[in-house]
Amino acid sequence: MKGGPLLQMSTLGRRAVIRTARQPANVIFPLIFPMLLLAVNAGGLKAATSLPGFPTNSFLAFALAVPFVQGALLATINANVEFARDVQTGFLNRLALTPVRGIVLLLGQLGGLLTIALVQAGFYLAVGLAFGVRLASGVAGALVLIVLETVIVLGFAGLGSWAALRTGSTEAVQGLFPVFFVFLFLSSMNMPRNLIEADWFRWVATVNPVSYLIEAVRSLVIEGWNWEAIGLGFAAGGALAVVGFALAAHALIRRLERT
Amino acid sequence: MEPPRDNSIEAHELVREFKKGPRAVDGIDLRVEPGEIYGFLGPNGAGKSTTVHMLTTLLPPTAGTARVAGYDVVKEGPKVRKVIGAALQEAALDPYLTGREHLRLQMAMHGITGEERQRRSDELLMRVGLTEAADRKVKGYSGGMKRRLDLALALVHRPRILFLDEPTTGLDIQSRTALWVEVGRLAKEEGVTVFLTTQYLEEADVLADRVGIIDHGRIVAEGTPEQLKAEIACSTVEAVPADPDEHGAVAAVLERFGEPTTGFRPGSIAVQLASSNGDLAEIVRTLDAEGVRISHLQIHDPTLDDVFLAKTGRHLEGAGEQEGDQEADEVRESARA
Repeated sequence: MKGGPLLQMSTLGRRAVIRTARQPANVIFPLIFPMLLLAVNAGGLKAATSLPGFPTNSFLAFALAVPFVQGALLATINANVEFARDVQTGFLNRLALTPVRGIVLLLGQLGGLLTIALVQAGFYLAVGLAFGVRLASGVAGALVLIVLETVIVLGFAGLGSWAALRTGSTEAVQGLFPVFFVFLFLSSMNMPRNLIEADWFRWVATVNPVSYLIEAVRSLVIEGWNWEAIGLGFAAGGALAVVGFALAAHALIRRLERT
Repeated sequence: MEPPRDNSIEAHELVREFKKGPRAVDGIDLRVEPGEIYGFLGPNGAGKSTTVHMLTTLLPPTAGTARVAGYDVVKEGPKVRKVIGAALQEAALDPYLTGREHLRLQMAMHGITGEERQRRSDELLMRVGLTEAADRKVKGYSGGMKRRLDLALALVHRPRILFLDEPTTGLDIQSRTALWVEVGRLAKEEGVTVFLTTQYLEEADVLADRVGIIDHGRIVAEGTPEQLKAEIACSTVEAVPADPDEHGAVAAVLERFGEPTTGFRPGSIAVQLASSNGDLAEIVRTLDAEGVRISHLQIHDPTLDDVFLAKTGRHLEGAGEQEGDQEADEVRESARA
């Protein structure tokens, strides 16, 4: 019996999941760290909810969007460090010597990463619900949230895969971690953009695509169906995914210089 | 028109130049017959791995042509990859997967599923002696086990041609011998053509039907091990003086019997005997008559190292270690470049 690209893709994705699951640090840290940060922010910045114009009374609900983006970043870094290791160790050459097509290889890698990130997102949502957050958009909103998270993950994952393939260096991919986090901290993660007082910060947060990803998730949690925020979130995530995937595909072609 | 199906390997004027380095492969010509074990012998950095990367389609040649199983390695890369198996220099395995999971992954990449996958998996694990370790993570495997798994992975799709890039480097003698047995069986019983690079003389001598000796990207000698050694014909005598001050005296005696050459031991004097029937007893008598004392005296039959020495002026062992590192780096970096 012969299998095709789907079998190849699912097997590569399965490998990425198994490999992550067998490294406890790669499982526990992405689950715990965003939750700790959420707890610290929800406790320390609670007073912000009394600012005029703050969109909710619960800072926990307001900040719950952040772990979704953070989790996507952490999953991206971990998975692509392993991808870069595949380049370094020659594992990618092993795959290159099989009939697998480059695009299948990339999609398999992204599929594994996506699975991990969605499991993480389910955990964050469950924690939020356990601590009293109610999704203003209801069950349908939870489904949209999962689709949105998929787009966000693909957005970061493409860029991470590009870095892994372009450099073939685990250190270089790990170096992306602070860069991604700078974007996260310079976004509207802790304050709605219209309430940010410093002009430069508000400007940076406005041009920073991460703000739109967070605001889309946030709108589903605290507002309900804010189509503008949701649309901008999907657009920002989609644009990142398209650019990231194109860059990664190009880097893969160069990396697999096979004839 | 489809080229004829065969299991041969052919290269003509094959060249690979790296941007910042010398010509790693500098115009090699070779032909490996179907079912033959071809030993590609050379020191680190000679161009062995670069040649393998070109023949396995992982690296495009800068110039020249090569056909593997009748397919052009540049124009028909996917067809070449379908019929070859390769275990490259580093056994690239995922430490977090088990041996069986590696086989499952490799078979999926080759489109092998269902019962066939299970059957083939069990068969290969048994053949390379990893049945008991099959469900253990690879990070707990020894170097020999990793190499054997690497070989099994190269065989999942029943390749007609097998490339093994220094498959026994770093292995203990038991693991090395086990691998030799399996490679020999593949060629003999299954008719697989084997292209094997090595820096071990013994490996080329024992395993290869024919040997190509490569140095600085060029093939400097080619033939069966016996033919190559016959070219040298004469044995080498090597002596170590008991008193280092008598080095000159010993050299003067030995040079009466042949041409000076490089010895294997530190502080030794070696000569290649002028005739194939060099008389060790006569040498001993002469040394005794001259009153020089010897701590070690040995006669060496011609080896592939003598062939290498005769062709390059250097011994194989230790030759080109720096070039080796450079070649490995360049192969790794080539895609980036």
